[in-house]
Amino acid sequence: MGKVINIQPVTRIEGHAKVAIHLDDAGNVADTKFHVQTLRGFEKFCEGRPAEEMPRIVCHICGICPWAHHLASSKAGDAVFGVTPPPAAVKLRRLMQNIAYVSDKILHFYFLAAPDFVIGPDADYSVRNVVGIVGAAPDIAKQVVHYRHLGAQMLEHFAGRAIHPTFSLPGGVSKPMNEAERQEMLPQAKELLEFAKFTIKFAKENVFPKYLDAIQKLGVIKVGYLGTVNDEGALDFYDGKLRLMQPDGAFEEFTYEQYTDFIGEHVEPWSYQKFPYAKKWGGFALDLENPKGVYRTNTLARINVADKMKTPLAQAELEEFRAAFGRPAHQTLLYHYARLIELVQCAEEAVQLLEDPEITSPEVRTKIEPREARGVGCVEAPRGTLIHDYETDKDGLIKSVNLIVGTTHNNAAINLSVNQAAKETIKGGNYDQGILNKVEMAVRAYDP
Amino acid sequence: MPVKVVEDWLNACSGCEISILNIGDPLLDLLPQLEFVHMTALVDHKFFGQVGDKMTMEIPEADVAIVSGGVRNEEHKHELEEIRKKAKFLIALGSCAAYGGIPAQANMWKNEEVFEKVFRHSPSTDPAPDPADPNIPKWTDSCMAVDEVVKADIVIPGCPPHPDWIVEALSALLAGKTSWSLPERSVCDTCPVIREKKAAGGAVKRCFENAEFNPNEGLDKMRCLNEQNILCLGPVTLAGCAGKTGVPRCIQARTPCRGCFGPIRKGAKPMVDMMGALTSVGLDPKTIVDRRAIMNRYIGGHKFLTPLPARPAR
Repeated sequence: MGKVINIQPVTRIEGHAKVAIHLDDAGNVADTKFHVQTLRGFEKFCEGRPAEEMPRIVCHICGICPWAHHLASSKAGDAVFGVTPPPAAVKLRRLMQNIAYVSDKILHFYFLAAPDFVIGPDADYSVRNVVGIVGAAPDIAKQVVHYRHLGAQMLEHFAGRAIHPTFSLPGGVSKPMNEAERQEMLPQAKELLEFAKFTIKFAKENVFPKYLDAIQKLGVIKVGYLGTVNDEGALDFYDGKLRLMQPDGAFEEFTYEQYTDFIGEHVEPWSYQKFPYAKKWGGFALDLENPKGVYRTNTLARINVADKMKTPLAQAELEEFRAAFGRPAHQTLLYHYARLIELVQCAEEAVQLLEDPEITSPEVRTKIEPREARGVGCVEAPRGTLIHDYETDKDGLIKSVNLIVGTTHNNAAINLSVNQAAKETIKGGNYDQGILNKVEMAVRAYDP
Repeated sequence: MPVKVVEDWLNACSGCEISILNIGDPLLDLLPQLEFVHMTALVDHKFFGQVGDKMTMEIPEADVAIVSGGVRNEEHKHELEEIRKKAKFLIALGSCAAYGGIPAQANMWKNEEVFEKVFRHSPSTDPAPDPADPNIPKWTDSCMAVDEVVKADIVIPGCPPHPDWIVEALSALLAGKTSWSLPERSVCDTCPVIREKKAAGGAVKRCFENAEFNPNEGLDKMRCLNEQNILCLGPVTLAGCAGKTGVPRCIQARTPCRGCFGPIRKGAKPMVDMMGALTSVGLDPKTIVDRRAIMNRYIGGHKFLTPLPARPAR
């Protein structure tokens, strides 16, 4: 038995994880595992809670994407109480989601991912971080901090809280938008759009071309994809059908309630995080040569399953991307590129929503009444499809909760990618901190 | 000389770290004064050596340690104890670190009940034994606040804490001070709504419909939510959620407070005080649905929440 290299903690990701690389006697990689080390138990401790309180409890699952959980939970609540929110409420939910995602995508690209690309994957760890970015590109760093903050301010000013919101509830949202608020937010959303356009241009000209070789090699696996599309087949973060694509591009679609027919979750003894898999693809296997049931979510998955983007500038970006990489594109590092195409759509959609006069309608909440029911609510979180499945008793108290969250879908794929990256970079027992960081880059692409 | 900082998250959601980034423009002035010798969220320092060759966890010496999240497993506990040994000052950041936070709601059940649900009673999960492996740490008996394990010199509560207080507490330490705390005021003390000291009376309402207000008018024209019969924990919750200048965050959304900054002072009994506050405006506190969990939503550490004894068989 050879040695084990422990990368702990995995850094510039969210949460507690370690990577263990197992070497054989010749110093080559026998296996690599991505261990998720924490479990909090939301599915249990939500039992007994009033269902209308859920959106403001489960948002705490993730402080980076609280809006996604907040909205998936609100939609599960809409279904449980059997109500349709008024049109303006849906528009306001979508608006908040898009603004929150702009901040999220800016954060990931510049602060979590960019150090590897701008400072360099082999650079010393003490400078390969956001402080290094501030030193290397102070003007850009200043803008990043400014526009991230602007997004947070927009959310806070209108909806009270940017992190762990209370704005959306089953039946709609807690307050309408008045005309003065719309007038204030519209130019701010346009500023975010300008920065989104700058960001993708900057990345295409200055960042991605330098790493084309790495993109073709590091962490590449050929598996399936899951994402949400609207009736026109366009990528929709808030609502639509779930589309599950096989590695060759063939796909099936299903409604939220049907998720248990298509998705199962496997448990391994060495990770608290479960391994969702496509039930109809012949079982589950974490075999790098012949993976079974493995699919991916998050940016690249959505870009792959969608026929098109929802907004014009994002669509032009997708066309350019597809001309270069095809559909589906399997290169893991392309998650970063796909993230920026989505950034453009989020900013464009925010502007569109604020230009829609209906968004200021005072009708924003349908009254709810407790009943015994089951409801499934989904949205696309930055990190993948969220599935919130609630059952209530006759008093509208939660009886049972099942959650499959963004990064969990990617658990199997992260394990495969990190194993592939380790095998690709570590040979004959030779490795250093730069090489181990490249292995981590295969994790970071998924932004877990 | 920049101040050496260790920042680490334990049983956390990253919201506290995002709140640090939400400091905004002043962040760029603050950064050069701080040297992050460890920060899992942003810096690639590793606990077991940069090439993973060390057998024991190595936490760097630090002037200040900032810890978010409570303690949920043996490794969180060990990590926290090591951080404490190496740090001159320890800041418990956020309500999970301060009180256990939302994840401490799990303290209402035995650990085995939680695992039973997660791994064997989920409609999408192939039932399996609980994961158990040297690479994944065992759960502690309960979800704890930081000061249930080590001494915290400064506590910045909030879910998340407001960036203003993070800047203020750090600036106090940079200026050589050794303590900092929020003033003991209630959310109501900072809330602009109209209070007439009486409600319509009767039962406390759940949030089945929105509060009554005119969206074209400010909060100073909206009636207090408790006086609209909607349970709001403002009377028993520490003020500060909106920072130095804003109005309470949940009220800004026209939704009631759920107590994310925790009790107004150490040793307070929010449940008792809230019952008094509701009674004084003519509401019947017994009508609060799911009272125990709602009153302890963010403060289930410190043994505030424990598994209820099994009901006797009938």
